[in-house]
Amino acid sequence: MPKINIDGKEIEFKQGQTIIEAAKDHGIEIAHFCWHPKLSVSGNCRMCLVEVEKMPKLVIACATTAADGMVVHTQSSKSLAARNAVMEFFLINHPLDCPICDEAGECKLQDYTYKHSVGESRFVEEKVKKGKRIQIGPYVMFDADRCIMCSRCIRFCDEIAKDPELTFTKRGDRVFLTTYPGEQLDNLYSMNVVDICPVGALTNSDFRFKSRVWEMSLINSVCTGCARGCNIELWVRNNEVLRLVPKYNEDVNSYWMCDHGRVNTFKFINAEDRVDGPHIRVEGNLTRVGWDEAYAEAASRLKAFGKDEIAVLGSAFATVEDNYIASKFAKSVLGTGNLDFVRHIDPSFGDDILRRNDITPNSLGAELAGVKPSKNGNDFNGIIKAIKEGKIKALYILEDDIIAENSELENVFAKLDLLIAHATNFNKTTVLADIVFPAATYAEKNGTFVNFNGRAQRIRPAVATLDVDRALEGMAMSRWDKFGTKFDRWAQGKHFDARSSWKILVGLASAMGQKMKYGMAEEVLLDMANNIDAFKGLDYDVLGEFGVQLKTVNSKS
Amino acid sequence: MSEKNIPAKKRIKDLNSLEKVYFPEILKALKLTLKTMFRPKFTMQYPEEKFIPTGSYRGRPILVMENNGEERCVACGLCARVCPPLAIEVQAAETEKEKERYPVRFEINMLRCIFCGFCEEVCPEEAIVMSKDYELAFTKREDAIYGKDKLLVPVNQLPDKIGFLRNYR
Repeated sequence: MPKINIDGKEIEFKQGQTIIEAAKDHGIEIAHFCWHPKLSVSGNCRMCLVEVEKMPKLVIACATTAADGMVVHTQSSKSLAARNAVMEFFLINHPLDCPICDEAGECKLQDYTYKHSVGESRFVEEKVKKGKRIQIGPYVMFDADRCIMCSRCIRFCDEIAKDPELTFTKRGDRVFLTTYPGEQLDNLYSMNVVDICPVGALTNSDFRFKSRVWEMSLINSVCTGCARGCNIELWVRNNEVLRLVPKYNEDVNSYWMCDHGRVNTFKFINAEDRVDGPHIRVEGNLTRVGWDEAYAEAASRLKAFGKDEIAVLGSAFATVEDNYIASKFAKSVLGTGNLDFVRHIDPSFGDDILRRNDITPNSLGAELAGVKPSKNGNDFNGIIKAIKEGKIKALYILEDDIIAENSELENVFAKLDLLIAHATNFNKTTVLADIVFPAATYAEKNGTFVNFNGRAQRIRPAVATLDVDRALEGMAMSRWDKFGTKFDRWAQGKHFDARSSWKILVGLASAMGQKMKYGMAEEVLLDMANNIDAFKGLDYDVLGEFGVQLKTVNSKS
Repeated sequence: MSEKNIPAKKRIKDLNSLEKVYFPEILKALKLTLKTMFRPKFTMQYPEEKFIPTGSYRGRPILVMENNGEERCVACGLCARVCPPLAIEVQAAETEKEKERYPVRFEINMLRCIFCGFCEEVCPEEAIVMSKDYELAFTKREDAIYGKDKLLVPVNQLPDKIGFLRNYR
């Protein structure tokens, strides 16, 4: 393999790589603004200027192909001086907006000003003003003063979102980023430009001014918007999820995620209509009761039915662990074979970038976990038919608002003698339910999702409930979480009384006289690893940061 | 540290004969008392008489209110970040004004505050300053959490502080 020498370090590179790529592969960071590993090279920021021996002038590392025997200096006095000069040029027209800028704290320009700039400006004239607070798209706010003209956003729209909407107009220091006439930055992936913008020119208008980034904690999780399972970070302050940001995973979503996933999949977590504590229908109204009372009520009412009169519906929104326990609960505790889950397919949702028509995060996982009818049992359509015929009188639904999807079922479910539902929020299904158990959301539990392609990925708790304690669970803690007391208003975020579905089922099984010995979600997965071929050898350490491709699943990509 | 370095205590055997008699020493003390009696008094008759500090004094932190009745603060959160005892909480929100953001909630827990003045020092807008107010007493924990209603003070009441900051910072 050819070799290149960077700062005295001999490194190997693949033929055709540029200097910056070769350096990145070996952990050497060359300062850059406009270069992005997944975008084409534009070479206009000039920040990555490095000195290459035998070359007459400094070259930009992002556009110079590495050649065997090349000797590169990134810290020589010449390249240091060049970086200083480039930074000084950037800061000439960049406003001192950091106190009111949402990017502050995670800003490339801020970081580089500390690292690569002398910190003084010789510019005493008036800065160029181009306009602030320009709503450039439904979710993106543009501040033209802060823009450093790196063109990353333009290239993203052209190359990744495949929907050219942005362009530069004018020249020199009056270069202005704008949309094409009559267009808006409204492609389905528009908010990724917020992540790749190296300054605060493009900011998330959904998250605007909600919190400073250093006040929050973040934890890795998986988006629940569709079957792709994009890796995400959940950003939390005062026990409230404030934003989602995609996390790099080459095998799933690269650096990106869609706007739907980013904006619509976390607001229900702290919504007003969350189910807080178990509820039983008393005189027509759902009334909050204690856990023991709810378990006892559910157990005694379930016992009144014959085995074939009960059906259980798992959920493609719940984790693999939840579905595994649901199938176990149905088969060995209730003894019923009427077991299935509902697939939610929206043919208009998918595209050929990331979005999939299956709008649930875990339909393959539910299937693999064993949520399917036994030989004599009914599948979903069979269950509905049997309810209509009066053969099935009790229905147990995991986290899934089935009626919202299909309102005809409202009349069907009205015929049931008993409807028990696990729900995160009150919805159309809980309106009919006799007993509602409060299910923890994906941000409040440990678990595993299997995406459409058979990749098992972990979710982790980011929001504390009465059941999961932030400190005891080892969840990410901000400074505020660590030092807040019950007397501090900024540490009194809402803690819901909710539990993971598998935990609720284990409790209910115990109330029905059958002990299932699971203490935590990982024990459920370990049990599955021993019993189900697809999950063989899995535990949470093996799943790790990027997840694992299940071997027995045919890759459909 | 060795014991040798510690100065030995003066024992009775070390005193000279005049000191051993005691009486001259008592006279010396009375002389000091008499001298002080005719000097001007430093003691203030608080609370009848109030101590008025200079501009550099670090009393309770307050938010500067402009003449138009609005706070200078842009809710950047730097005071909350720098505050060693985590006394400050800021929640920003958007405003139509040119400054774009303002604090929709600004609370200082005076039970946590240690009057270090870091908030004043870090503030990019000269919006939070240490006032001359030192009279702080509460009977309830909740009373000690000061919101914007208690924190906002008109800028024309703070000439000493603003002058001090302009001259010495």
